[in-house]
Amino acid sequence: MLKRVKEYLLSGFTWLIALIFFFPVFWMFLNSFKTNAEASGDPKLFFSPTLEQFREVINPKFWATFSDSFIIVIISTFFVMLLAIPTAYALAIKPIKKWKDVLFFFISTKFLPPVAGIIPIYILADTFNLLNSRTVLVILYTAMNLPLAVWMLNSFFREVPKELIEAAKIDGASIWSQITSVIMPIVAPGLAATALLCFIFAWNEFFFALQLNLIDNQTVPVWVKQSISTRDQFIAELSAASTLATLPVIIAGWAAQKKMIRGLSMGAIK
Amino acid sequence: MKLKEKWLSLDGWIRRLPLLPALIFTIVVTQIPFVLSIYYSLTNWTIFPRNSDLVWFENYIDLLDDRFFKTAAWVSITMTVSAVLISVVVGTFFAILLNRKFFGQGLARTLIITPFLVMPVVAALIWKTQFLGFDFGLLNTILGTIGIDRIEFASRFPFWSVVVTLVWQWTPFMMLIILAGLQSQSSSILEAAKVDGASSRSTFLQITVPHLKPYFELGTLLGVIYLSQVFDHIEIITGGNESTKNAPYYIYQKAFIDNSYGSGSSYSVVVVIASIIIATFGIRLLSGLLADNEGA
Repeated sequence: MLKRVKEYLLSGFTWLIALIFFFPVFWMFLNSFKTNAEASGDPKLFFSPTLEQFREVINPKFWATFSDSFIIVIISTFFVMLLAIPTAYALAIKPIKKWKDVLFFFISTKFLPPVAGIIPIYILADTFNLLNSRTVLVILYTAMNLPLAVWMLNSFFREVPKELIEAAKIDGASIWSQITSVIMPIVAPGLAATALLCFIFAWNEFFFALQLNLIDNQTVPVWVKQSISTRDQFIAELSAASTLATLPVIIAGWAAQKKMIRGLSMGAIK
Repeated sequence: MKLKEKWLSLDGWIRRLPLLPALIFTIVVTQIPFVLSIYYSLTNWTIFPRNSDLVWFENYIDLLDDRFFKTAAWVSITMTVSAVLISVVVGTFFAILLNRKFFGQGLARTLIITPFLVMPVVAALIWKTQFLGFDFGLLNTILGTIGIDRIEFASRFPFWSVVVTLVWQWTPFMMLIILAGLQSQSSSILEAAKVDGASSRSTFLQITVPHLKPYFELGTLLGVIYLSQVFDHIEIITGGNESTKNAPYYIYQKAFIDNSYGSGSSYSVVVVIASIIIATFGIRLLSGLLADNEGA
């Protein structure tokens, strides 16, 4: 009996912690349906919701920013996958001799802080007339996510049983059909999770976007930052902008949570 | 024999071919800026006044005397260590709680991981305005209600304001990695320990903790990589005042506020060299993890 009570208490405690951790996101969401005066006044859980803030925030600037962000993020994720899939194949399925060294080279580039490269990157972008262009962010986000994608795909590709590939080979399957009919079906969920994670990191990236695309082709994080007005009562409006900016990624992350963490931690550990 | 060797090397190149595009792209995009940085760091390039003469190691000599850079390096270290340490400890605690069967387990996990998915700029804004804010922040409203004076958190405790936000975002990530570790424990070993009459505490200390070691290492490593490079939270919450100005933020200010590309580049080079040293340890750790895995 005492044990059951203890179990219930522990479960309740876990739920309490989950709700506390989620609360800031929930609070932002709630505030986005208030008026600015309400959001800055005494905190209220119950109020008559209004879409006023969303009407304010969703203007032509919003559509331009969101479409630019989507274009940049989707194209860069496409290039990441295009480059990372053959790489993971050469590291995991038909491993080259020093596959570990190559994998570690990719990972080691993640240790370099983006800030350390910003001066030459800014100057190069300026020289090639790429400041405030989508191209410059596509290139940088591809480079930023590539090591992560190679790391994750390497672990997913290693899960493909070698015997299956051998069996297909004996049956006379060409390399192409080995890839499409044996390897791809097994790694497909992993590919999706990897692409989603690249999408999330690129969507959230702020530093390069702020330094290189401040004037034109702005992305969502820069737009959110600029939506802080100097007027004193702005919390509801800011919450609406923040909600719109985070929603695509939160939904994508919820959908991919299990696979994502497996891909990140595997390869090192099973 | 000769022919065979040639054939082997041809085969080797065919095997390498699929990874060459990614390798070349990564080398070009990540290494060329570094080489340019080294060159710039030997000049006194500034925008105003417009000069760009070769001054050799002058920037590096100035850098050694720069006490602000030392402070920034120290902030980098303390901020990374506190944020990673707290996230790992709290994350482990959450993982243990979530590793039980209870009503709505999946939903609870989904709620807890959400902070990790929130855009850093938004996370920093939420904490700055809606929780720590002086006038409208929920924490201050609560303090006000119970009769304690409101606190301007972001200016009185800038360092911890940033760390709290970082911990809020990274605890879920650490929790997921540790949870993966807990769930990969073989239940038969745990059963056997129970049968042998081991207490749950000694089972945890002697079986679970050693099993979790690689997961702790991986979580710490990824945390160090990302948290030592933090920029967004600092820019939003404090705008880089002295107690939160880490090395990346300092370089950014040198380059774009002071407009001195030459001197800024010398700081970049130093930070990159420090990163390479950290990376060498990190890679050794990862390599150990990979080897363990193959041995098992």
